[in-house]
Amino acid sequence: MPFNPQTEQDIREMLSVIGVDAIEDLFDEIPAGLRCGELSGVPEALNEQEITRLMLERAELDGRPLNFIGAGAYEHHIPAVVWEIATRGEFYSAYTPYQAEASQGTLQLIYEYQTMMTALMAMDVSNASLYDGASGLAEAVLMAVRANRKSKSRRVLMPRTVHPNYRKTAQSIVSDQAIELVELDYDREGGHIDPASLEQYAGEDITALVIPQPNFFGVLEEVNTLTDWAHANNIFVIAVVNPMAMALLKPPGKWGKEGADIVVGEGQPLGVPLSSGGPYFGFMCCRQQWVRQMPGRIVGRTVDRDGRDGFTLTLQAREQHIRRSKATSNICTNQGLLVTAATIYMALLGGEGLRRTALASHTNTSILVEKLSNEYLQPQFNRPYFHEAVIHSALPLKDLIRPLYAQNIQPGFVLTEDYPELGESLLVCATETKTEDDMSVLQDRLLRMIDKQVSS
Amino acid sequence: MSEAPDDLRYTKSHEWVRQNDDGTITVGITDNAQDQLGDMVYVEVPEIDKELEAEDACAVVESVKAASDIYAPVAGTVVEANEDLADSPEVVNQDPFGAGWIIKIRPVDSSAIDLLMDANAYQAFIEDEDH
Repeated sequence: MPFNPQTEQDIREMLSVIGVDAIEDLFDEIPAGLRCGELSGVPEALNEQEITRLMLERAELDGRPLNFIGAGAYEHHIPAVVWEIATRGEFYSAYTPYQAEASQGTLQLIYEYQTMMTALMAMDVSNASLYDGASGLAEAVLMAVRANRKSKSRRVLMPRTVHPNYRKTAQSIVSDQAIELVELDYDREGGHIDPASLEQYAGEDITALVIPQPNFFGVLEEVNTLTDWAHANNIFVIAVVNPMAMALLKPPGKWGKEGADIVVGEGQPLGVPLSSGGPYFGFMCCRQQWVRQMPGRIVGRTVDRDGRDGFTLTLQAREQHIRRSKATSNICTNQGLLVTAATIYMALLGGEGLRRTALASHTNTSILVEKLSNEYLQPQFNRPYFHEAVIHSALPLKDLIRPLYAQNIQPGFVLTEDYPELGESLLVCATETKTEDDMSVLQDRLLRMIDKQVSS
Repeated sequence: MSEAPDDLRYTKSHEWVRQNDDGTITVGITDNAQDQLGDMVYVEVPEIDKELEAEDACAVVESVKAASDIYAPVAGTVVEANEDLADSPEVVNQDPFGAGWIIKIRPVDSSAIDLLMDANAYQAFIEDEDH
């Protein structure tokens, strides 16, 4: 469908039909005193030449560093065909056109996406996507509170091994809805949730337990034990997972005896570039039992009156355009363009390609950890990890890594602010995009800085 | 005109109430309500033993057009819910005053039921609402 804006003539014709002279007159019910008038903070419009130059200059500021930061957004190779197809005119729009009569292609693509996500997560149902992983977690908490009718407490166990930004986002969104997020500490040796630490909550009324896999430290959680403990106590399991890791690890639908109830996460690793932090997309899956409490859009397959296959939005009666304040969520859309890229990426790689990408990322990170380990730098935790690991430094990190920035190297994410108890700790990541040489460069530069510090 | 049996009581939010011999009441939605909502696709019932205040939202009926709350006509405790509706919500359309019942409540105070509309008052109410 075309995405052209209306012409001057279209506007004139529409105004004349409703008997109004100018667009401004449509707003005359708003008293002048309530209008903001000029937008003084908004600069003058730029022409194409000017805006192109501005954007190129800004892009250059980002540089192209050798990047070993993960911490929630991951650098993976994106085959050229992914965005070649995603940016075709048939798909390229910030808005997702849902009208069944005009958008069979888009709807079929979302349906295929949902099918792929349910296969990857081993869950019954997927929605058409959410905004991002962090707000997805908040949606999952709200959904658990609606769906877990055995619990009245609105208390949710939130481990500190969940991404700090996800925890902050969830807190902002749910705290005014009388929901309490109860912080759960982690094991200092393993960097994981010690299942024994949950026993203090056994028998209490808890609505849900959030389980990250891998967790923010890259460490693998004991998902089976945690899931079974939760279900034995009538607690919902909310899985927060990296979709790439699920090609390699046991998917949430198979955790423990019954599997997770709700699964959310950040979809960025599936074909979406880092691009300064967004736009990305969130995904959400759940068990069939809870589908009516699931927020967002779901595309279904049906037949038209001639019996031909067709695609359409389904389960809309709970959404805000129909149920207003009683809707399951204020989200009523999806991240269509990013989902388009992810669907092409997954279709291109297939299950085997995703598995190999995940495995290569894990292998590279193991090599990196080995290369970085020395008298002064040591792995912080002793448990298995996916494609990120925490390195503890005996020397002040600031002095070690700041000089590397100037050499166009991003050595990792410093954890000190979010986890002061870990002291001088760096979260490093090496996906399939890093070569042995790349990792040796980081090793050499860090060793040089260590020598400098130790000798001074 | 839609049906409204004489032996039932009615609310302004279109629930009907039947007083049972054991002191409980059965609650459903009226023929008029099911007709307005259209084909039912899902009915969500409350947990047994749930305590309700009058006018608490206690169940949801979802049709092809909308999802609507069912309100408790009087305060009380849920003693039974029609679990058959999970598999066959269309019964609410087919037999709203019979097999399409939704929940049974043990009222805190049975006299509150007398304050609800009788069939004539309800018929007048929906006629008025139509205009």
